Amino acid sequence: MRRDSEQPKPQLFLQETPARPAEDICLETRHLSLDYQARVGKENQTRRALEDVSLQIARKRVTAFIGPSGCGKSSLLRTFNRMTDLDEQSRLSGKVLLEGEDIHARGVDVPMLRRRIGMVFQTPNPFPMSVYENVAFGLRLVGENDKRHLDDKVESCLRSAALWEEVKDRLHDSALGLSGGQQQRLVIARTLAVEPEVLLLDEPASALDPISTLKIEELIRSLRSRLTLIIVTHNMQQAARVSDDTAFLHEGRLVEFAPTDQLFTNPRRRQTEDYITGRFG
Amino acid sequence: MDITSDSHGKHISEQFNHELDALKTHLLAMGGLVEKQLQDAVTALLEGDSETATRVRDNDKAVNDMQLKIDDECTRVLARRQPAASDLRLVLAVIRATSDLERIGDESSKIARNAISLVENGQSPRGMVEVRHLSQHVRSMVRDSLTAFARFDTDLALKVLREDASVDLEYQSAMRSLMTFMMEDARQITPVLNVMWILRALERIGDHADNLAEYVIFLVKGVDVRHTDTHDLKPQDLDKK
Repeated sequence: MRRDSEQPKPQLFLQETPARPAEDICLETRHLSLDYQARVGKENQTRRALEDVSLQIARKRVTAFIGPSGCGKSSLLRTFNRMTDLDEQSRLSGKVLLEGEDIHARGVDVPMLRRRIGMVFQTPNPFPMSVYENVAFGLRLVGENDKRHLDDKVESCLRSAALWEEVKDRLHDSALGLSGGQQQRLVIARTLAVEPEVLLLDEPASALDPISTLKIEELIRSLRSRLTLIIVTHNMQQAARVSDDTAFLHEGRLVEFAPTDQLFTNPRRRQTEDYITGRFG
Repeated sequence: MDITSDSHGKHISEQFNHELDALKTHLLAMGGLVEKQLQDAVTALLEGDSETATRVRDNDKAVNDMQLKIDDECTRVLARRQPAASDLRLVLAVIRATSDLERIGDESSKIARNAISLVENGQSPRGMVEVRHLSQHVRSMVRDSLTAFARFDTDLALKVLREDASVDLEYQSAMRSLMTFMMEDARQITPVLNVMWILRALERIGDHADNLAEYVIFLVKGVDVRHTDTHDLKPQDLDKK
């Protein structure tokens, strides 16, 4: 991935971000723009996924990104643990700061970064091994082999992910035998095992039935006492239910970022209003 | 963000547009009925027409039925649509407004009952001038608050809020003079008390119109001005909140 350091453009959209003292900010973007190459016919064209996004995400709160398909919400999430690196053609400008440090700077230890910022995807992706080994996987990777310590850690992570009671008698069965909702909670438990500071969730419940969805949402609420969560969702009611702050993105720009209560009762922008009330924009 | 009276159209769901439109239309129809009840009650009182007064008393059930019907529609919209932002504020404002309109209906029927009693037991020698004056005042407040609702007009709503203070003053001064009169002539206590109940009902109607105006501000601006000093609110204060 190439980086360039062009001058940030002036902000076109006035943002009413919740004012926060600097010590409460966990993750921050400054004038973040992202371009990628799209194949159109036989030619490559540069498309802009994010345009000058500046926002501050508070520690130990749930922040939701909402917006129509293609608005850049998933792209924005992916810049937070350098998933955008995987696309060699993409070009990023501006900064993403984790606890004040630029995570896209040269010399950043990316695997370490991804330990600090965990991610969960739309489709549950447990490893094809036992429930126990799924959770222990990350710990073994960092050199933890003490059986008793692993047992304790697996249990506490499964409890944190509200899955322990359902799987305690089948810890050594294959994780692929679990239901979709259980698999997703297992994936969250696996992520929690390496004690991330931030958990990114990209449509974590959109492949699940309503009851499993509620369990995931309940889990998200319970986890906010220990880490910062950022969730991308198409489901506005879900954003309204689980998040403390909500950012609305449209065509790669941050249109409005406000406490969820305010955004869903009295948004400041026409575009936000139209989107959350289901009108033609 | 401010909204206008046509803001509730344009949903991707045409059916949702219809449902919200129906809420507004039904609320304004209820408002029209309540306004008519108030007008008839006051006319019956001033003209000593017990037939009209009886009709007002009996019509109160129609007002109550409308409240039930509109509240039921609101419940359905909340359950089925999970409205947000200005749609949510519309539903909340309509629920609140039906309750105040129903109370205006109750007060009108109280006025009608007192009018009947005055026809049967003899008119009060005092207080009718005050009743006429106060009733004109609160009727215009009710009318303006409903117009403000129909047009999403916060300036008109603010005008209603400002008027409530002068209604309160008129009411207090009328009560004082009637009390003095009762002390001077104890034989007139019964009819004068009827007039005092009527003045009290009119004053309460002014308060309900005041509430309606507050809901218009909530609906349009998203600002809740209940339980604040609203008598000297300026348009620019609403944007600052």
